[in-house]
Amino acid sequence: MEEILFFAAALGALGGAVGVVLMRNPLFGVLALIVHLFSLAVLFLLLTAAFVAAAQVVVYAGAVMVLYVFVVAYVGDDHEPAWEPIPGQRFLAPLLGAALFVELSIAVLGSSLLALGTDGPNVKPGFGDPAAIGTLLLERFLLAFEASSILLLLAAVGAVVLAARRREDGTPSERFAPQASEEGVPSSQ
Amino acid sequence: MNIEWYIVLSSLLFAVGAMGILIRRSPIVILLCLELMLNAGNLALVAFSRMVGNEEGQVFAVIVMVVAACEVVIGLGLIVALYRRKLPLDVDELRTLRG
Repeated sequence: MEEILFFAAALGALGGAVGVVLMRNPLFGVLALIVHLFSLAVLFLLLTAAFVAAAQVVVYAGAVMVLYVFVVAYVGDDHEPAWEPIPGQRFLAPLLGAALFVELSIAVLGSSLLALGTDGPNVKPGFGDPAAIGTLLLERFLLAFEASSILLLLAAVGAVVLAARRREDGTPSERFAPQASEEGVPSSQ
Repeated sequence: MNIEWYIVLSSLLFAVGAMGILIRRSPIVILLCLELMLNAGNLALVAFSRMVGNEEGQVFAVIVMVVAACEVVIGLGLIVALYRRKLPLDVDELRTLRG
Protein backbone atom coordinates (compact mmCIF):
# COMPACT_ATOMS: atom_id res chain seq x y z
CA MET A 1 0.00 0.00 0.00
CA GLU A 2 2.73 2.43 0.98
CA GLU A 3 4.68 1.58 -2.17
CA ILE A 4 1.67 2.21 -4.40
CA LEU A 5 1.01 5.56 -2.75
CA PHE A 6 4.67 6.52 -3.02
CA PHE A 7 4.95 5.72 -6.70
CA ALA A 8 1.63 7.41 -7.54
CA ALA A 9 2.67 10.56 -5.66
CA ALA A 10 6.18 10.45 -7.13
CA LEU A 11 4.73 10.22 -10.64
CA GLY A 12 2.43 13.15 -9.88
CA ALA A 13 5.28 15.24 -8.51
CA LEU A 14 7.56 14.44 -11.43
CA GLY A 15 4.83 14.99 -14.01
CA GLY A 16 3.92 18.31 -12.43
CA ALA A 17 7.56 19.41 -12.45
CA VAL A 18 8.04 18.46 -16.11
CA GLY A 19 4.77 20.20 -16.92
CA VAL A 20 6.02 23.42 -15.31
CA VAL A 21 9.14 23.31 -17.48
CA LEU A 22 7.43 22.37 -20.75
CA MET A 23 4.11 24.27 -20.74
CA ARG A 24 4.29 27.28 -23.04
CA ASN A 25 1.36 29.03 -21.35
CA PRO A 26 2.37 30.13 -17.80
CA LEU A 27 -1.18 29.58 -16.55
CA PHE A 28 -0.93 25.86 -17.34
CA GLY A 29 2.49 25.91 -15.70
CA VAL A 30 0.90 27.22 -12.50
CA LEU A 31 -1.74 24.47 -12.65
CA ALA A 32 0.99 21.85 -13.14
CA LEU A 33 2.79 23.28 -10.11
CA ILE A 34 -0.40 22.84 -8.05
CA VAL A 35 -0.48 19.13 -9.04
CA HIS A 36 3.19 18.91 -8.03
CA LEU A 37 2.54 20.51 -4.64
CA PHE A 38 -0.40 18.22 -3.85
CA SER A 39 1.70 15.16 -4.71
CA LEU A 40 4.48 16.45 -2.46
CA ALA A 41 1.94 16.82 0.36
CA VAL A 42 1.08 13.11 -0.05
CA LEU A 43 4.81 12.29 0.15
CA PHE A 44 5.11 14.38 3.33
CA LEU A 45 2.21 12.42 4.84
CA LEU A 46 4.01 9.16 3.97
CA LEU A 47 7.06 10.54 5.81
CA THR A 48 4.81 11.17 8.88
CA ALA A 49 5.07 14.96 8.56
CA ALA A 50 1.40 15.81 9.02
CA PHE A 51 1.86 19.48 9.85
CA VAL A 52 4.22 20.15 6.95
CA ALA A 53 1.78 18.43 4.58
CA ALA A 54 -1.12 20.55 5.85
CA ALA A 55 0.93 23.73 5.57
CA GLN A 56 1.98 22.71 2.06
CA VAL A 57 -1.64 22.37 0.93
CA VAL A 58 -3.01 25.43 2.71
CA VAL A 59 -0.16 27.92 2.33
CA TYR A 60 1.50 26.80 -0.90
CA ALA A 61 -1.15 25.23 -3.08
CA GLY A 62 -3.76 27.60 -1.70
CA ALA A 63 -2.43 31.07 -1.03
CA VAL A 64 0.81 31.32 -3.00
CA MET A 65 -0.63 29.76 -6.15
CA VAL A 66 -3.60 32.16 -6.09
CA LEU A 67 -1.05 34.98 -6.11
CA TYR A 68 0.61 33.41 -9.17
CA VAL A 69 -2.72 33.04 -10.96
CA PHE A 70 -3.52 36.70 -10.31
CA VAL A 71 -0.19 37.89 -11.71
CA VAL A 72 -0.37 35.60 -14.76
CA ALA A 73 -3.88 36.89 -15.48
CA TYR A 74 -2.70 40.49 -15.05
CA VAL A 75 0.45 40.21 -17.15
CA GLY A 76 -1.08 38.06 -19.88
CA ASP A 77 -0.24 34.55 -20.92
CA ASP A 78 2.46 34.07 -23.52
CA HIS A 79 5.31 36.51 -23.98
CA GLU A 80 7.99 34.00 -24.84
CA PRO A 81 9.35 34.48 -28.38
CA ALA A 82 9.99 31.43 -30.49
CA TRP A 83 13.57 32.20 -31.46
CA GLU A 84 16.54 31.23 -29.32
CA PRO A 85 19.07 33.91 -28.45
CA ILE A 86 21.65 31.39 -27.27
CA PRO A 87 22.25 28.69 -29.88
CA GLY A 88 21.97 25.17 -28.55
CA GLN A 89 20.45 26.30 -25.24
CA ARG A 90 17.66 23.79 -25.49
CA PHE A 91 20.08 20.91 -25.98
CA LEU A 92 22.72 22.00 -23.48
CA ALA A 93 20.25 22.69 -20.64
CA PRO A 94 18.82 19.12 -20.39
CA LEU A 95 22.37 17.80 -20.52
CA LEU A 96 23.40 20.02 -17.60
CA GLY A 97 20.21 19.05 -15.73
CA ALA A 98 20.99 15.35 -16.15
CA ALA A 99 24.56 15.97 -15.01
CA LEU A 100 23.24 17.75 -11.91
CA PHE A 101 20.95 14.80 -11.12
CA VAL A 102 23.77 12.29 -11.47
CA GLU A 103 26.03 14.45 -9.33
CA LEU A 104 23.43 14.89 -6.57
CA SER A 105 22.65 11.17 -6.55
CA ILE A 106 26.34 10.29 -6.28
CA ALA A 107 26.81 12.86 -3.52
CA VAL A 108 23.90 11.55 -1.43
CA LEU A 109 23.95 7.82 -2.14
CA GLY A 110 27.72 7.67 -2.10
CA SER A 111 27.81 9.15 1.39
CA SER A 112 28.30 6.68 4.20
CA LEU A 113 24.87 7.24 5.73
CA LEU A 114 23.89 3.70 6.68
CA ALA A 115 20.34 4.70 7.64
CA LEU A 116 19.60 5.73 4.05
CA GLY A 117 18.76 2.18 3.07
CA THR A 118 16.25 1.71 5.87
CA ASP A 119 12.68 2.88 6.45
CA GLY A 120 13.85 5.07 9.32
CA PRO A 121 13.41 4.28 13.01
CA ASN A 122 10.02 3.57 14.54
CA VAL A 123 8.59 6.83 15.81
CA LYS A 124 6.11 7.63 18.53
CA PRO A 125 2.48 8.26 17.43
CA GLY A 126 2.58 12.06 17.70
CA PHE A 127 5.60 12.42 15.39
CA GLY A 128 5.36 15.56 13.26
CA ASP A 129 1.97 16.72 14.49
CA PRO A 130 1.30 20.45 15.07
CA ALA A 131 1.98 20.22 18.81
CA ALA A 132 5.47 18.81 18.32
CA ILE A 133 6.36 21.28 15.55
CA GLY A 134 4.98 24.21 17.55
CA THR A 135 6.93 23.25 20.66
CA LEU A 136 10.16 23.01 18.66
CA LEU A 137 9.43 26.26 16.84
CA LEU A 138 8.75 28.25 19.99
CA GLU A 139 11.47 26.75 22.17
CA ARG A 140 14.49 25.48 20.32
CA PHE A 141 14.10 27.46 17.09
CA LEU A 142 12.70 30.69 18.55
CA LEU A 143 15.40 32.79 16.88
CA ALA A 144 14.62 31.35 13.43
CA PHE A 145 10.92 31.91 14.09
CA GLU A 146 11.46 35.59 14.93
CA ALA A 147 13.84 36.06 12.01
CA SER A 148 11.28 34.61 9.61
CA SER A 149 8.61 36.94 10.97
CA ILE A 150 10.90 39.92 10.31
CA LEU A 151 11.56 38.52 6.82
CA LEU A 152 7.80 38.34 6.15
CA LEU A 153 7.39 41.94 7.29
CA LEU A 154 10.23 43.06 5.02
CA ALA A 155 8.73 41.18 2.08
CA ALA A 156 5.35 42.84 2.64
CA VAL A 157 6.95 46.30 2.74
CA GLY A 158 9.04 45.46 -0.33
CA ALA A 159 5.97 44.34 -2.27
CA VAL A 160 4.19 47.61 -1.46
CA VAL A 161 7.24 49.63 -2.56
CA LEU A 162 7.61 47.65 -5.80
CA ALA A 163 3.95 47.69 -6.75
CA ALA A 164 3.32 51.36 -5.93
CA ARG A 165 2.65 53.62 -8.90
CA ARG A 166 5.31 56.24 -9.44
CA ARG A 167 3.94 59.78 -9.48
CA GLU A 168 5.89 62.99 -9.92
CA ASP A 169 4.68 65.93 -7.79
CA GLY A 170 1.34 64.40 -6.99
CA THR A 171 -0.08 64.12 -10.50
CA PRO A 172 -0.34 60.81 -12.28
CA SER A 173 2.37 60.46 -14.90
CA GLU A 174 1.20 60.41 -18.52
CA ARG A 175 2.58 56.99 -19.11
CA PHE A 176 0.45 55.23 -16.54
CA ALA A 177 -2.67 57.38 -16.65
CA PRO A 178 -4.46 55.66 -19.57
CA GLN A 179 -3.69 52.27 -18.15
CA ALA A 180 -5.16 53.25 -14.79
CA SER A 181 -8.40 54.49 -16.32
CA GLU A 182 -8.63 51.39 -18.45
CA GLU A 183 -8.51 49.17 -15.39
CA GLY A 184 -11.11 51.23 -13.60
CA VAL A 185 -8.71 52.07 -10.77
CA PRO A 186 -9.55 55.45 -9.25
CA SER A 187 -6.66 57.80 -9.83
CA SER A 188 -6.89 59.51 -6.44
CA GLN A 189 -4.78 57.91 -3.78
CA MET B 1 9.74 2.68 1.68
CA ASN B 2 13.44 3.25 1.85
CA ILE B 3 14.55 6.78 2.55
CA GLU B 4 16.80 6.46 -0.51
CA TRP B 5 13.80 6.62 -2.83
CA TYR B 6 12.72 9.94 -1.39
CA ILE B 7 16.22 11.37 -1.69
CA VAL B 8 16.60 10.24 -5.30
CA LEU B 9 13.17 11.70 -6.14
CA SER B 10 14.17 14.94 -4.44
CA SER B 11 17.40 15.25 -6.46
CA LEU B 12 15.47 14.43 -9.65
CA LEU B 13 12.96 17.20 -8.93
CA PHE B 14 15.80 19.61 -8.13
CA ALA B 15 17.49 18.79 -11.45
CA VAL B 16 14.22 19.30 -13.34
CA GLY B 17 13.79 22.71 -11.68
CA ALA B 18 17.36 23.74 -12.51
CA MET B 19 16.85 22.62 -16.11
CA GLY B 20 13.72 24.73 -16.32
CA ILE B 21 15.61 27.80 -15.13
CA LEU B 22 18.22 27.19 -17.84
CA ILE B 23 15.67 26.64 -20.63
CA ARG B 24 12.88 29.12 -20.01
CA ARG B 25 13.15 32.89 -20.40
CA SER B 26 9.86 34.16 -18.98
CA PRO B 27 10.46 35.49 -15.42
CA ILE B 28 7.17 33.99 -14.19
CA VAL B 29 8.18 30.50 -15.31
CA ILE B 30 11.63 30.98 -13.80
CA LEU B 31 9.96 31.78 -10.47
CA LEU B 32 7.84 28.62 -10.83
CA CYS B 33 11.01 26.59 -11.41
CA LEU B 34 12.56 28.18 -8.32
CA GLU B 35 9.54 26.89 -6.40
CA LEU B 36 10.27 23.41 -7.77
CA MET B 37 13.85 23.58 -6.49
CA LEU B 38 12.80 24.85 -3.05
CA ASN B 39 10.23 22.07 -2.78
CA ALA B 40 12.80 19.46 -3.74
CA GLY B 41 14.92 20.80 -0.88
CA ASN B 42 11.92 20.54 1.42
CA LEU B 43 11.36 16.91 0.44
CA ALA B 44 14.99 16.10 1.23
CA LEU B 45 14.73 17.89 4.60
CA VAL B 46 11.59 15.98 5.60
CA ALA B 47 13.05 12.67 4.39
CA PHE B 48 16.24 13.17 6.41
CA SER B 49 14.14 14.19 9.41
CA ARG B 50 12.31 10.85 9.12
CA MET B 51 15.61 9.04 8.73
CA VAL B 52 17.08 10.56 11.89
CA GLY B 53 13.80 10.23 13.78
CA ASN B 54 13.31 13.74 15.14
CA GLU B 55 11.22 16.65 13.92
CA GLU B 56 13.89 19.30 13.52
CA GLY B 57 14.10 18.83 9.77
CA GLN B 58 10.37 19.44 9.52
CA VAL B 59 10.81 22.77 11.32
CA PHE B 60 13.46 23.64 8.72
CA ALA B 61 10.97 22.77 5.99
CA VAL B 62 8.37 25.12 7.50
CA ILE B 63 10.95 27.94 7.60
CA VAL B 64 11.87 27.22 3.97
CA MET B 65 8.17 27.62 3.11
CA VAL B 66 8.20 31.06 4.76
CA VAL B 67 11.28 32.06 2.76
CA ALA B 68 9.64 30.79 -0.44
CA ALA B 69 6.53 32.86 0.27
CA CYS B 70 8.71 35.98 0.71
CA GLU B 71 10.57 35.22 -2.52
CA VAL B 72 7.28 34.84 -4.40
CA VAL B 73 5.99 38.16 -3.09
CA ILE B 74 9.13 40.06 -4.11
CA GLY B 75 9.47 38.26 -7.44
CA LEU B 76 5.87 38.82 -8.46
CA GLY B 77 6.14 42.46 -7.33
CA LEU B 78 9.14 42.85 -9.62
CA ILE B 79 7.26 41.26 -12.52
CA VAL B 80 4.27 43.58 -12.01
CA ALA B 81 6.63 46.58 -11.85
CA LEU B 82 8.35 45.45 -15.08
CA TYR B 83 4.99 45.06 -16.79
CA ARG B 84 3.83 48.51 -15.66
CA ARG B 85 6.95 50.10 -17.17
CA LYS B 86 6.27 48.32 -20.46
CA LEU B 87 9.58 46.46 -20.23
CA PRO B 88 9.84 43.10 -22.02
CA LEU B 89 9.14 40.08 -19.79
CA ASP B 90 12.16 38.18 -21.06
CA VAL B 91 15.31 37.68 -19.01
CA ASP B 92 17.51 37.85 -22.12
CA GLU B 93 16.26 41.34 -22.92
CA LEU B 94 16.68 42.60 -19.34
CA ARG B 95 20.44 42.72 -19.38
CA THR B 96 21.11 46.21 -18.03
CA LEU B 97 22.92 44.85 -14.97
CA ARG B 98 25.14 42.53 -16.99
CA GLY B 99 28.80 43.51 -16.93
